[in-house]
Amino acid sequence: MASHYEAPIRKALVVGDKGYHDVTVDIAAPVEGRANKHWWIVFSIALVAFLWGLGCIIYTVSTGIGTWGLNKSVNWAWDITNFVWWVGIGHAGTLISAVLLLFRQKWRMAINRSAEAMTIFSVVQAGLFPIIHMGRPWLAYWVLPIPNQFGSLWVNFNSPLLWDVFAISTYLSVSLVFWWTGLLPDFAMLRDRAILPFQKKIYGLLSFGWSGRAKDWQRFEEVSLVLAGLATPLVLSVHTIVSFDFATSVIPGWHTTIFPPYFVAGAIFSGFAMVNTLLIIMRKVCHLEAYITVQHIELMNIVIMLTGSIVGCAYITELFMAWYSGVEYEQYAFLNRATGPYWWAYWSMMTCNVFSPQFMWFKKLRTSIMFSFFISIVVNIGMWFERFVIIVTSLHRDYLPSSWTMFSPTFVDIGIFIGTIGFFFVLFLLYARTFPVIAQAEVKSILKSSGEKYKKLRDAGLPTYEITKPLVGNNAIVSNVEEQVNEVIEPNEKDVSDLLGVLGSFNVDTDTADDLKKVKGIGPKMEVTLNQIGIYTFAQVGKMTEKEYDLLDSITGSFPGRAQRDDWAGQANKLNSNK
Amino acid sequence: MASKVIHAYYNDDEVLMHAVKKVKAAKHHIEEVFCPFPVHGLDKAMGLEPTRLAITAFLYGCVGISVATLMMNFIMIEDWPQDIGGKPSFSYIENMPAFVPIMFELTVFFAAHLMVITFYLRSRLWPFKKAENPDVRTTDDLFLMEIEIHDNESELRDLLAESGAIEINISEKNSH
Repeated sequence: MASHYEAPIRKALVVGDKGYHDVTVDIAAPVEGRANKHWWIVFSIALVAFLWGLGCIIYTVSTGIGTWGLNKSVNWAWDITNFVWWVGIGHAGTLISAVLLLFRQKWRMAINRSAEAMTIFSVVQAGLFPIIHMGRPWLAYWVLPIPNQFGSLWVNFNSPLLWDVFAISTYLSVSLVFWWTGLLPDFAMLRDRAILPFQKKIYGLLSFGWSGRAKDWQRFEEVSLVLAGLATPLVLSVHTIVSFDFATSVIPGWHTTIFPPYFVAGAIFSGFAMVNTLLIIMRKVCHLEAYITVQHIELMNIVIMLTGSIVGCAYITELFMAWYSGVEYEQYAFLNRATGPYWWAYWSMMTCNVFSPQFMWFKKLRTSIMFSFFISIVVNIGMWFERFVIIVTSLHRDYLPSSWTMFSPTFVDIGIFIGTIGFFFVLFLLYARTFPVIAQAEVKSILKSSGEKYKKLRDAGLPTYEITKPLVGNNAIVSNVEEQVNEVIEPNEKDVSDLLGVLGSFNVDTDTADDLKKVKGIGPKMEVTLNQIGIYTFAQVGKMTEKEYDLLDSITGSFPGRAQRDDWAGQANKLNSNK
Repeated sequence: MASKVIHAYYNDDEVLMHAVKKVKAAKHHIEEVFCPFPVHGLDKAMGLEPTRLAITAFLYGCVGISVATLMMNFIMIEDWPQDIGGKPSFSYIENMPAFVPIMFELTVFFAAHLMVITFYLRSRLWPFKKAENPDVRTTDDLFLMEIEIHDNESELRDLLAESGAIEINISEKNSH
């Protein structure tokens, strides 16, 4: 059908011989399986870091902001650096899911779920910093537009810091809703596959009773499109407003009109780098190489290269404008950045953000997974330095040379930063074990156009589907009770007796039959077939090994290999012991 | 009221589309189709009305921008006017440039959230809602077409078998 056509020169986005059911199995596997040792090790490290950070936060709040390295000249340092860094990282998720949706980029489907998760988790980290910085976080509600108890003194709507409150809370909540709406069909998939009642209940709850009606899907697609349309200007507005925190002040080095586009490009740059960091690990750990392919990594590297170059242009424009403005304070601020006592921070930033992404012009490098991972880390470090340079070097030498000073972080500053990294990974690791990490419904919808299996079929000139030809009048399998008997497969007597010899026979008078449909992959039709052969109980199915699967396939002639892929025996044993 | 319905299972979206067209051509009413993923063009083929959620989003956005304007006009201009940075708060229009970011944010906030809430309510999605797909495989890899039977069981069954269904079931359905 024409709707699934895609130009043959486009490379497959889902590699391997994957059909719809394979997608389900692959994406449910990390959730249904058990965590391995590596997961526990990384999770423990992240948890320790998180708890350490929590301790530092408690120390800060109970003792005061004086526990940080701030002084009267440098009154913003790591706290705001970390805030801007985390908000920046949080930009890639919405960019991938919203902007790439509007541009109809199919490659976004394998990565948007995790990128959005990353967005939400990093905006949570970002939000922590202004709240801690308030000193009295229990009064955080004062930033809301409510009159205070001393009369009707309101918040100041002229202040970019208040714009920030609105921008970031809107961004966080809209991203969350966008993410959750996309998750409903995938939670429903996990719900319908769940064997244990607890999991069934939890995923039933999370999926909001999603049933997948045609009308629901129609609305779902419309809602996704409109949300993408809303989220696109939103994501651009958020870092624009964050940059206003600086740009509207009169500090040399901050008072710059280039800040909004420069911050947005930098945010996308750092966000994609973090997506690359996380996904390169995740595709390996969760065995998702067929969905998050080298092509995905390459495309993200191209975005990193492009936005990195935009950031580089912005740095140079900034320098030029400082010189061209003729304002000596402005000129000194930039001279001081590049050659003053913080020269090392400035040149780290330049190297990491402007120089390192240029390697991505080489196809060999941008398709190398190890190199991409390395660059993604470098970019994350560089973008942290960018915010540090902008904030600290502009403040540490102010208009009054007698108050010039340096900033050195205390262990509390460092501890809180490490703590947010720990918290971020705690959330992401929990997510990776409990959520469908790839938007499987969306991947299925592009499978026929972009899956390798179907591309090969099309290249060979074969149809991508076949309509089963009716044999004699009615080939459909009718599972009405009266007609089941008529639906007879002619099994080879010898095969059947071989099979039952191994599995044990079922005595209709003394044994009770189990509901074999509880085993994933056994539908009503297969159950009838199994019953005809003489298999009625989980115990029998549980004894099946490769040999029996093959025998079964040869008897039934349907779904070859499916029993093995779904591990009927393992499931049946589990069900049997839970009986 | 319990009624008898026929459930036809398909394992491919393209086969499903052909089947839907065939059933519509034979002038049968398709009660429902359950799919594991969105099938483009299915709503048109089934004869579903287009959704009006985008229109509601626009209206909610209008509500959002009005709320922002009224709120900031009251707070900044009427209730406690201040002279901030030499720019006295005498009129909303003159001071509006500073209010644009929040007008924008609240427009998006209202449009996005109220549209999603509308979607959840219209499609009956909320926590503790029971799923209503008749077969668990419809969230995995099977498509299910549901047609009500009005004394035409064998005719329908032949038609659906012809259309490439891999499984056909008859069941009782309690309308909710």
